[in-house]
Amino acid sequence: MTVPAAAADSGRRSAFRDRARRFLRHPTGMIGMVIIVFFITVSLLAPVIRPYDAARDRNLRARLTPPNAEYIFGTDELGRDIFTRVLHGGRISLRVGVIAVGVAVVIGTLLGLFAGFFGGWIDTIAVWLIDILLAFPGILLAIAIVATLGPSLTNALIAISITQIPVYMRLTRSVVLSIKESEYVQSARALGAARNRLIFRHVLPNSLSPIIVQLTLSIGVAILDVAALGFLGLGAQPPNPEWGLMIRDGFAQFVRAPWLSIFPGIAIFLSVVGFNLLGDAVRDVLDPRLRNL
Amino acid sequence: MTGYIVRRLLGLIPVLFGVTLLIFAITRVIPGDPAVAMLGQRSSPELRERLRADLGLDRPLWFNVEQASETGSIGALFDSQYFDYMGGLLSGDLGRSIYTRIPVRESLSNRFPATLELTLIAMFFAVLIGVPAGVWAALRRGSLADTAVMTIALSGVSFPVFWLAIILIYIFAVNLGWFPPSGRLTPGIPLQPITGLYLLDSLLRGNFTAAWDVLRHLILPAIALGTIPLAIVVRMTRSSMLEVLGQDYVRTARAKGLGERSVVNKHALRNALLPVVTVIGLSFGTLLSGAILTETVFSWPGIGRWVYDAIAMRDYPVIQGGVLFVAFLFVLVNLLVDLTYSLIDPRIQYS
Repeated sequence: MTVPAAAADSGRRSAFRDRARRFLRHPTGMIGMVIIVFFITVSLLAPVIRPYDAARDRNLRARLTPPNAEYIFGTDELGRDIFTRVLHGGRISLRVGVIAVGVAVVIGTLLGLFAGFFGGWIDTIAVWLIDILLAFPGILLAIAIVATLGPSLTNALIAISITQIPVYMRLTRSVVLSIKESEYVQSARALGAARNRLIFRHVLPNSLSPIIVQLTLSIGVAILDVAALGFLGLGAQPPNPEWGLMIRDGFAQFVRAPWLSIFPGIAIFLSVVGFNLLGDAVRDVLDPRLRNL
Repeated sequence: MTGYIVRRLLGLIPVLFGVTLLIFAITRVIPGDPAVAMLGQRSSPELRERLRADLGLDRPLWFNVEQASETGSIGALFDSQYFDYMGGLLSGDLGRSIYTRIPVRESLSNRFPATLELTLIAMFFAVLIGVPAGVWAALRRGSLADTAVMTIALSGVSFPVFWLAIILIYIFAVNLGWFPPSGRLTPGIPLQPITGLYLLDSLLRGNFTAAWDVLRHLILPAIALGTIPLAIVVRMTRSSMLEVLGQDYVRTARAKGLGERSVVNKHALRNALLPVVTVIGLSFGTLLSGAILTETVFSWPGIGRWVYDAIAMRDYPVIQGGVLFVAFLFVLVNLLVDLTYSLIDPRIQYS
């Protein structure tokens, strides 16, 4: 508390600079970053590169054309250009992935923060909730939720978000439990800091590193989940150019027209690789102890 | 130790209770009429009413206060959807499929062996390749080979399972014709099931034609399903090996002049495998949820394919039963992994 503001500020800045430098020197992390920036740019520019209109998007004279100079990814049974659809599918997958994870991070982190900080019966209930939600492996809970709510992209987003909440609850709670007993929090408490100040000024900022690492990796998982639900017919509905749904459509005739499934799959794979590479790099930079994991 | 096991088993009760409560809440409390969801928007009101009565949806959700106050008996209070559902569960009754009228429990026991067999083979594939690859990478830490293995492992967790399955079929079944594209056994090959695990059954019966056929059917789906666990096992083995290789007892073994092979296999690997065992156990959940996607693509007659079909048909009792079964199984396997772990590692305290 007695450290002059300017000194504390410069300390923080050099720590940040140090991390940024380590990140920039991380080869696979930079590859991941490039992939993600590429996908984001292409998704943002999609309406400029290839305008898309679901209603007019068909050309029955060019049905099931294999990839060629005009249709570089080929066309489907309605003569729709796969390239255009993959391009616009990125807008869906990235948006849903980021929103689902974002909602889960905010809710899960707050719940985990309070559970860890207050302890007692609040914590008991929180742990119970975490255990219940984590009893459903992978996308099983999401499937159960969407199967009941009815298949749609919004419901898929809600379901994926719910399955990610316990991950952040557990993570934040465990970090808070260890930080709560640390000397700097104890001394802030002894100095009479208010509870809100303790939580949001001292405990939360110091739990951020593992949350940020998890967040990057979660977006990849969420993109895979959106696609899986789409493939099962539980996510985006036709004629939405969602990647998983496109693979579902292509699956019916993949012997005759494999390009229908191949290109959306590569798009999913690359975007998820991007987030996983970035997540690994962020972990190395923020939490060097975990480097080997 | 016994006390520890009992304590852990008792600890499962609130979790499993919560799981049943959550499934009930998802299917009944969430706004929306299941009858409309099942029959569609344009169905006739009479038909919906009949289905509602058939499924017991016309009764109160939690407590039947109305009937209890009319008849004056406390027992009537529990004539509700929730107590009906819990009563059924406790007596092992998971309801019937709306369409086939087959009891859910019966289908589960018929189909589970297919899923179990696929899961076990996928796990076997993951361990058989994952552990050596992880050790190999760890021994060459920082080298190009290490980076290559780790990059491949990272790509492994980034594959959409269903897409990988389709690509495998396209290359190895359709184009090369090495493996059959779907099913468990070529129709016409006789096999009397014993356990329901076809590979085991055919070997027990000494029917090697069938065993070969079953194996050929298993390979592609097992690779598709096992890729993600494989990648996880590689990463875990590598990091665990790296940690162990830096320990004093490994240095001692080296100082004693033991050969590199002996140091790695006898001293390092044995200790490094502990966390790997945990990871393998925990990937069981990944495999079970991945089975829904893999079985769908390969027309594999297991629980995953069954749940998928039920989703398309909106067969709620089947979806509920299948999801509940997998969640219970997952919780039990996790407990087993924990217990095994504490058995192998004497440092863990049973408290």
